Amino acid sequence: MTMTLEAPVPVFDEESTGRKLAIICSKGSLDMAYPGLVLANAALGEGIETHVFFTFWGFDMINKETMGHLKFTPVGNPATHMPPMLMGLPGMTSFATHMMKKQIEGIDIPDVPEFLEMITDAGGHLWACRMSADMMHIEEKDLYERVEGIISATDFIELSEGAQIIFV
Amino acid sequence: MTVAAIHGRDIHVDVEGFLTDPMEWDESLAEALAANIGIDLTEGHWSAIRFARSDFAANGETPTLRRMATTGGVATKDMFALFPKKPAKKMAYVAGLPKPVGCV
Repeated sequence: MTMTLEAPVPVFDEESTGRKLAIICSKGSLDMAYPGLVLANAALGEGIETHVFFTFWGFDMINKETMGHLKFTPVGNPATHMPPMLMGLPGMTSFATHMMKKQIEGIDIPDVPEFLEMITDAGGHLWACRMSADMMHIEEKDLYERVEGIISATDFIELSEGAQIIFV
Repeated sequence: MTVAAIHGRDIHVDVEGFLTDPMEWDESLAEALAANIGIDLTEGHWSAIRFARSDFAANGETPTLRRMATTGGVATKDMFALFPKKPAKKMAYVAGLPKPVGCV
């Protein structure tokens, strides 16, 4: 143990790094919704400017109709360590979804709508993909109200300038 | 671990300056720690700090922002207003607690 005169003070405001994160969410299943949300939330807690861009199946995460009802299917997923023949049986998706939701809730992780609320409360930005919206005939009124806009791929490239990009 | 002088007292801290013994903390030390990082403690700060201290005492872990909101009743928005940019870490520092380890 050594003696010093003054205590070190943690460096909290590293403004100069200007770190920025852009996360692309392209999946609509319950298990694949979380990686992007967890990382976005963690980055925001570190004071990092964070943008989340939802595209293709990722629209299910911000579509008012579906965002609270994402599902998990064990079909084709060897990581469940269950016999593949059984995984396609009727009711299996509901069962697996129910189990996963219970596990998520069990460690006090919010569901998708609440997670998005937390992310935007922390200053995160949510964006929807123009092409996906056009394909699926979805308009802004169909989307979670905290989505800031439906933007094109070019817009996304512009706003993510200088950002680290994570594709989920 | 280092013994360092904070507010005229010898306190155990880690290399970053976080207290390593929460029992060495008291409210006057919190004022000094907050001043170190440019924060003037208001009643809002105190209610966050008091919940974090009692939650740590009960569970042995510094609450995350999520836990501050759901269990501590301090909304995420308010945490960012009270402890800008890095609310969980700044609060832990001022409260004399380790950095939170939870992911969410």
